[in-house]
Amino acid sequence: MQFMLLFSRQGKLRLQKWYVPLSDKEKKKITRELVQTVLARKPKMCTFLEWRDLKIVYKRYASLYFCCAIEGQDLELITLEIIHRYVELLDKYFGSVCELDIIFNFEKAYFILDEFLLGGEVQETSKKNVLKAIEQADLQEEAETPCSVLEEIGLT
Amino acid sequence: MSDIVEKTLTALPGLFLQNQSVGGPAGVKASFSSRLGGLVRGITALTSKHEEEKLIQQELSSLKATVSAPTTTLKMMKECMVRLIYCEMLGYDASFGYIHAIKLAQQGNLLEKRVGYLAVSLFLHENHELLLLLVNTVVKDLQSTNLVEVCMALTIVSQIFPREMIPAVLPLIEDKLQHSKEIIRRKAVLALYKFYLIAPNQVQHIHIKFRKALCDRDVGVMAASLHIYFRMIKENSSGYKDLTGSFVTILKQVVGGKLPVDFNYHSVPAPWLQIQLLRILGLLGKDDQRTSELMYDVLDESLRRAELNHNVTYAILFECVHTVYSIYPKSELLEKAAKCIGKFVLSPKINLKYLGLKALTYVIQQDPTLALQHQMTIIECLDHPDPIIKRETLELLYRITNAQNVIVIVQKMLEYLHQSKEEYIIVNLVGKIAELAEKYAPDNAWFIQTMNAVFSVGGDVMHPDIPNNFMRLLAEGFDDETEDQQLRLYAVQSYLTLLDVENVFYPQKFLQVMSWVLGEYYYLLDKDTPEEVLTKLYKLLISDSVSSETKAWLIAAVTKLTSQAHSSNIVERLIQEFTVSLDTCMRQHAFELKHLCENVELMKTLLPVDKSCEDMVVDASLSFLDGFVAEELSQGAAPYKPHHQRQEEKFSQEKVLNFEPYGLSFSSSGFTGRQSPAGISLGSDISGNSAETGLKETNSLKLEGIKKLWGKEGYLPKKEGKTGDETEAPPVPQESIIMETVDQNITKKDQCQVHTQSKEEKEKQLLASSLFVGLGSESTINLLGKADTVSHKFRRKSKVKESKSEETTSAHMTCSYFGSSSEATYEDDYYLDTLQDRGDKELSKFSLNSELLDSESVTELPSVEKLSNCKLSSSPSLFTDNNMEGFHPSQSTAPSVANETSLAASLLEETSEHVHSDLVEVCHNETISVSSYKIWKDDCLIMVWSVSNKSGLKLKSANLEIAPAENFKITEQPGCCLPPTEAGSIKTFQYTVQMEEPFTEGNLSGFINYQMMDTPSVQLEFSINLSLLDFIRPLKISTENFGKLWLSFGNDVKQNVKVSESQAALPSALKTLQQKLRLHVVEIIGNEGLLACQLLPSIPCLLHFRVHGDVLALWFRSSCSPLPDYLLYQCQKVMEGS
Repeated sequence: MQFMLLFSRQGKLRLQKWYVPLSDKEKKKITRELVQTVLARKPKMCTFLEWRDLKIVYKRYASLYFCCAIEGQDLELITLEIIHRYVELLDKYFGSVCELDIIFNFEKAYFILDEFLLGGEVQETSKKNVLKAIEQADLQEEAETPCSVLEEIGLT
Repeated sequence: MSDIVEKTLTALPGLFLQNQSVGGPAGVKASFSSRLGGLVRGITALTSKHEEEKLIQQELSSLKATVSAPTTTLKMMKECMVRLIYCEMLGYDASFGYIHAIKLAQQGNLLEKRVGYLAVSLFLHENHELLLLLVNTVVKDLQSTNLVEVCMALTIVSQIFPREMIPAVLPLIEDKLQHSKEIIRRKAVLALYKFYLIAPNQVQHIHIKFRKALCDRDVGVMAASLHIYFRMIKENSSGYKDLTGSFVTILKQVVGGKLPVDFNYHSVPAPWLQIQLLRILGLLGKDDQRTSELMYDVLDESLRRAELNHNVTYAILFECVHTVYSIYPKSELLEKAAKCIGKFVLSPKINLKYLGLKALTYVIQQDPTLALQHQMTIIECLDHPDPIIKRETLELLYRITNAQNVIVIVQKMLEYLHQSKEEYIIVNLVGKIAELAEKYAPDNAWFIQTMNAVFSVGGDVMHPDIPNNFMRLLAEGFDDETEDQQLRLYAVQSYLTLLDVENVFYPQKFLQVMSWVLGEYYYLLDKDTPEEVLTKLYKLLISDSVSSETKAWLIAAVTKLTSQAHSSNIVERLIQEFTVSLDTCMRQHAFELKHLCENVELMKTLLPVDKSCEDMVVDASLSFLDGFVAEELSQGAAPYKPHHQRQEEKFSQEKVLNFEPYGLSFSSSGFTGRQSPAGISLGSDISGNSAETGLKETNSLKLEGIKKLWGKEGYLPKKEGKTGDETEAPPVPQESIIMETVDQNITKKDQCQVHTQSKEEKEKQLLASSLFVGLGSESTINLLGKADTVSHKFRRKSKVKESKSEETTSAHMTCSYFGSSSEATYEDDYYLDTLQDRGDKELSKFSLNSELLDSESVTELPSVEKLSNCKLSSSPSLFTDNNMEGFHPSQSTAPSVANETSLAASLLEETSEHVHSDLVEVCHNETISVSSYKIWKDDCLIMVWSVSNKSGLKLKSANLEIAPAENFKITEQPGCCLPPTEAGSIKTFQYTVQMEEPFTEGNLSGFINYQMMDTPSVQLEFSINLSLLDFIRPLKISTENFGKLWLSFGNDVKQNVKVSESQAALPSALKTLQQKLRLHVVEIIGNEGLLACQLLPSIPCLLHFRVHGDVLALWFRSSCSPLPDYLLYQCQKVMEGS
């Protein structure tokens, strides 16, 4: 995998992970173009794209688009499942994940991603193992109470 | 599950909006933990991009102050990092925080470290210079006893790590492969995978450990190792065939559900693992029947098992089909795979349909009937609302194009082309259309019209090959001369019509093509005067929308046309107008035209009609200027020095000796500047009287065997014979009857169905029959090998001609006798040539990019190692004397030395003046003994064979002959071949030997033939070994010259050699090199030394070396590419040997 982008329906970037060394300028350009292209596509359309010499696989979950770029030899369908597994992981970790979880705790989302994908390849496909690894690292955090989304938005 | 997610996700933005009022820019709270929240809310509350920017800049400056304040705690720093990451994600520069991210990873507690590492991985890329500062932290954490720390370190290493620092962590990571925790082992494997990707050489030695990882008891570790195996097998599948069995077994276990349930994904066992294994098997079984046979069973099972209706099973199926088609075919499996493809193609899910089309695209070459089966689906997809599907369908059609369906397919492609705006797609599609048109064009009109469409749409984004190929095709023509003329004529007519249309702007490239064609072939119209076309060209010339490059093409066309017209008002007007043009280029062209008009005779010879294919010959050395140059020189002008030489001189004047920048300075600027085809460009860049004579012949075009057409007096009107190689007769078109029957079959089938079909359906059927015509039915599988079976409309002439004319036509086309601005193609060609000729010692003297050579010499290194298997003739202790340049051979290795003392006495007188080897007997019998020795003269190697008659009898005749050897030039010294007739006498035969091409060692063999009284003649054979060292002589040069030479040499080789302690001191290493390799010590500075030698007759080689501890860093440079390698090898030998 070359990179993964998460962005909202409004085109706001929520998460970006690059597995290939690119300059900031290129990254910005790619992001801008891709966000535009993907957002312009209609819901019933194919969620695979050929874009420049890359293959783009995207999937929309509620207001959030998950978008991956893969190389020619990689398989689109399994990439779609990678996205789905990542969403499952987020969901399990945050407990019914929503865009706000990812906005306010994006570092957590990154940690989960790093346990699941490493260097652009699938590292661990067992949901249990990924979450175990995260929990282990999180244990240190117990002293500090994690700020929940509800707290963030002032509902408590 | 996704439903639930969806619900929550849709519900929450509402909540979010309600609370926006709480946030706002002012809502930044004091608590650090919610600072990010404040920032996010603040941004969301804003309405314009401008406000956002203001807020973020504010935020960034406050962050900048905080992170650099000494009072900031690590905890605060962690919070700052999170906000910095956020700002960067929004597209703002937060580079001031990078260093603090590294610090945080270094100093923080676990939690802070984690954020620090994350920030580093997001901020930096693997070539970022700051990354070096992280290495120490990583090393420390890898050694930590805390698992989480080790994990973090491994995670960062697997993502970004500076390549040059790999050795620092490699042993630590290797250790981790044995760690008791599987998560650590898994991450270690992935870290090694990363290293394999960025520096494969560095992990070569741990291949055995990879195997261990493959057999790991933990599935995750095993799966991780497959990433490495996939890459390695992709590069070299033959090396891993023995693992096929293991992969098959693993796959069987996975498919059979033997893995822990944890690895199931929607009740499919480890799909990622399955897919990875299938990909590996596909690589292993490619073109290999025996290996493929091992996997047939498991593939069959995979196809059978994957029947659940879930996306992930489709993924497995897809990969399985791919594998089945990649490996050695088995009909049963192919059948099943084809059925699977059907499932995809016919699926209502658009993603699967898309993949079905993709699968068809790659199997179509093997099995064209599949396309027939799905023709109706394909037709439907052709009109699909999703452009992605459409495009993929076109890709499929492109693969099945033949002479019969080309018109329909190209039309569909053009339709798509007109709708798309994305440059990448246009470039791609235009290329395909041009290719198909050229291959299968049914007639001239269609071809020209299609190409017109290509040029108008493709415009200036298309690949430059397209117009170039097109013009070449027109120029060279194909098999039938009248056909050629018609094509050209049609092109001319078509362009005239196009230019008639008012207010249409054509792309520049198209205009260039038009102007070339009109200039070359307007005469075919048989009109009296080209007045009409000249008017059109003139109009374009004065138009603002035409680029100056195109104008050069236009005026070239005008010039060509003028040579056919007698006089033209338009041309006169044009000359008048453009001789005062502000554009110097145009002005020059106009002047040239003016002068040519005044000399009609010259113009006609210069611009012959329809001769664009003939080789234009130029005297690239500009030798006709020699007289002028000589005159200038005699009047005291400085001789011309090429740019790079001037630079070097300037450089070497500045510093006497410079170690650092040897590598640089070889910019290609001087190179490219010198490459413009001299005869064409009017610049005087290349002078035949270059001060650096060595450059003269190599720098210019090869002129041998080419008649001079351009000389001092200008054009020398001598017609060259046609150089064209006659193409063989065209093969009879093989449009076999089978095709027609297929055609009929389809039509018949269509007719049967006609009654039941609506009109729309009928249209589709019609389209189908036109699209899939010519595709094989069961009986005709060969039809899709389209390139072979279908005779091409525009068959290229034979290769030789093609490549030959490429240069010349491109020169013609791009500049048509004028110095046009772009010469890119030409230069590239030339550059390649240069590279190919690298062996040529002269060539490599200049121009070669040192970086390029660096990498090349690295790849050459293995061959050096291989060489160590060879034996060397001169034993290591060849030069044991302390005498600087002197050396004496060791005691001979020959089995017996007969009469050594007496023979030694007979050494040639000359010998005593020069260093020589001991006498070694090379062959003998009871009558005669032949010994030889080498004399290492300063300028050559002399081999002396001395033949002694031991028998005491008179010889009737004796003759010694040396067989010609490949690498040597052997010259017999006169006056030394008197037959040794007298009993007991000794005669010597002396030969000078020169090395023609560098090599490490070679054999010189010969025989002695003698006859005694009354006996038949006897022949004795012998051979002798010559080593490179026999031809190496010290090169005595000054340090300054060393510096100059060093810069001018392109071929270099670097190597570190470990030496024993006794050698480690500079003086002793130096002595060894000096004595054993006959190197001249130029200068010694500190722990570095400069040495120089030459390979006879005069190829210099320089050595720079430096001593670090017990490592000797050797760096050779020479003008001759293999020489540094060979010398390095010898050098290693002597260093090891002593």
